[in-house]
Amino acid sequence: MDDLNLSKFCIRLGDHCLIMAHRQSELCSKGPFLEEDIAQINLGLDLLGQAEALLIYAAKLEGKGRTADDLAFRRSERQFHNFMLTEQPNTDFAFVIVRQYFMSLYLLKTYQVLAEVEDETLSGIALKALKELTYHERHLSMWILRLGDGTDESQQRMQTAVNELWMFVGELYEEDALDLLAQQASYAPKGEEMKSFLMAQITAKFAEASLTIPESIYMTTGSKQGIHTEYLGFLLTEMQYLQRAYPDAKW
Amino acid sequence: MKINRSKESIYQLLAQVPDPEIPVVNIIEMGMIRDVIVTPEKVEVFLCPTYSGCPAMDMIESMVKEKLLASGVLNVLVTLVYKPAWTTDWMNAQTKEKLRAFGIAPPVGKVLSKKSLLANETVACPQCRSENTKIKSMFGSTACKALYTCSDCLEPFDYFKCI
Repeated sequence: MDDLNLSKFCIRLGDHCLIMAHRQSELCSKGPFLEEDIAQINLGLDLLGQAEALLIYAAKLEGKGRTADDLAFRRSERQFHNFMLTEQPNTDFAFVIVRQYFMSLYLLKTYQVLAEVEDETLSGIALKALKELTYHERHLSMWILRLGDGTDESQQRMQTAVNELWMFVGELYEEDALDLLAQQASYAPKGEEMKSFLMAQITAKFAEASLTIPESIYMTTGSKQGIHTEYLGFLLTEMQYLQRAYPDAKW
Repeated sequence: MKINRSKESIYQLLAQVPDPEIPVVNIIEMGMIRDVIVTPEKVEVFLCPTYSGCPAMDMIESMVKEKLLASGVLNVLVTLVYKPAWTTDWMNAQTKEKLRAFGIAPPVGKVLSKKSLLANETVACPQCRSENTKIKSMFGSTACKALYTCSDCLEPFDYFKCI
């Protein structure tokens, strides 16, 4: 992969992390209890750190003089490439857990592959992130079991979240030209490999948690071309407010 | 102005920079300083972040610069290094004892594989040293800590996670 394509590849991954980090930050002071509030913010903090490292590298590779902050705060919806799953709102706690659980699996697999690449910067970011994601996946799995296999109410809410979010899972193993380039360079797993990893993990976890994968759901797509659900615009409006209202503001 | 300092003297200065979140240990004891390169023109300090999103990184970077500037080293470059990834294995026994005395249970065991990373180690209470403790939350007051309570002395405490 040349620098420009590698930059685009890093922006995609950085965008997933950035948008999830913002969603997680929205939970601050709104967690179901104090310890969990702190835990959810910590997940967000790790993701924000990963986003920053990836976007700094993407900006450097791009070589157009943009900074990581420019990438985060000066792009609009159509220029973001995060999966639609990542921008879905914190409708209730079940939605948070299901969204983050699916993404933690995706990131685990993604970073496992990236940890092996020759590019020192990317493999360094991936090795560090892998340790963090291992904790995330463990924490989220615990909630999948606890709520899925909990009361009738918690089970029903979890199943609702799964049903509502399932249509966004297809994007996680979809492939476009950039993905194929990344796969050729061994920077990303094949779509089929990602799909079978996700399905094996989710199927096993759901069996334990009394949850079911919905059948014949239409899988939506578009984020790789900058197409998003309506939620991203609202998220960016808040996330980018300061930089939009006071460009180049400094402390 | 040329820099005429030994690498050791720079390390001595860096040993005076505390971890902003755990002031009883310095950044060398934490294993965050990976290397120092002294040339006549500049001093380059290679700093390894503990967690990707560690909010103390910027502060540590400016504390390093301040410390060296105050001692007359005017050209300081701080470079972040991600590889090899920071690990709690770089803390020695003395550092772990300092953490314990400060009320933070130090990381138990070594990180060799994903398995040991997630093994449910027995964590001793830093106050009464009882091993009868329970995990309250895998995520504590900072990214690097988990929250425990002691079932004997009933004190809550932070555990520095193995990573």
